[in-house]
Amino acid sequence: MASPIEQFQIKPIIPVINFTNSSLFMIGAAAVIVGGLLLATRKRAVVPGRAQSMAEVLHDFVANTLVDATGKEGMKFFPLVFSLFMFVLTANMLGMIPGFFTVTSHIIVTFALALLVIGTVVVYGFMKHGTHFLGLFVPSGVPAWLLPFIVVIELISFLSRPISLSLRLFANMLAGHIALKVFAGFVVSLLAAGGGLMILAPLPLLMAVALMALEFLVAALQAYVFTVLTCIYLNDALHPGH
Amino acid sequence: MADPNERNGDNERKPGSADDADLSARLQSLDARISQASAQRAEAEPRPRPTSDSSALGQAFRLSAEFVAGVAAGGILGWIVDRLFGTSPWGLIVCLILGFCAGMLNLMRAAGMVKSARYDDKR
Repeated sequence: MASPIEQFQIKPIIPVINFTNSSLFMIGAAAVIVGGLLLATRKRAVVPGRAQSMAEVLHDFVANTLVDATGKEGMKFFPLVFSLFMFVLTANMLGMIPGFFTVTSHIIVTFALALLVIGTVVVYGFMKHGTHFLGLFVPSGVPAWLLPFIVVIELISFLSRPISLSLRLFANMLAGHIALKVFAGFVVSLLAAGGGLMILAPLPLLMAVALMALEFLVAALQAYVFTVLTCIYLNDALHPGH
Repeated sequence: MADPNERNGDNERKPGSADDADLSARLQSLDARISQASAQRAEAEPRPRPTSDSSALGQAFRLSAEFVAGVAAGGILGWIVDRLFGTSPWGLIVCLILGFCAGMLNLMRAAGMVKSARYDDKR
């Protein structure tokens, strides 16, 4: 029987250019997004059909999340935030199809996405506010003797953001897929054990079905959490401190 | 469309004035209930941070990630400081402790216990 972490193995498909199954599914996710949205908005009807209203709901959902967190001027980041949300959501959902590779279960992928977000925050913050952006690390109303500690702690807290952003998505995906595989493995081993143990086999199967539903929830939820946190961090770039 | 018309017909069949009074009383109570409900919603809405996850498992994952990230960031920073300035192991020790503090701060911010100064002007 396959080990529960075998599903995360990266296998080269075209070794010459380092094209792996991970790359394949990233391109697949991008293709699904672009193709799906192009197909859905092809008609551009005033009264949207089913596919078009789904695309519109996705757009409005991300736009509302962004405006809620950053205000109207945050809409200049909409292309970035929408791309991130769609990529994470599609990659998570593609991973739920049995036998498919989950791109977001590798921390290097999620960390690259998080670095993109934090890089945008830092670059835009310094471009827009200059050194005033550093006011982010100096909270108001702190006694002077405590300030050096607070600044260092705030700095580490800021540095921990890309880590927590990537860690959360990665850990959720990894843990969920391992749990699914382990429970599915129990079914096989119980059946293989034979005799009285075979009667117990449906129990882990039920658990695997329940976990599957939970994993779909987690896949959507984590894409949303990633987006919300991206918006909150972008808000810091737009309006740092006082 | 069919339902309210039918109701109207019903009302007209009954003698008028008492029924009107009844209707206006019902409308008033409905108004009161609507305003109460909207007031409740307005009360519930402004939260310190939009925490998205309703499920306890999601919350647990979120909070633990915040804390672990703080400690990890402190550890990495300390390691880099040690590498750059050759102060091993003091940079790592100090930064790990500070990272622990930062993790706690992250945790309390994520849980909404400490309202961060820079999120004040958000809404």
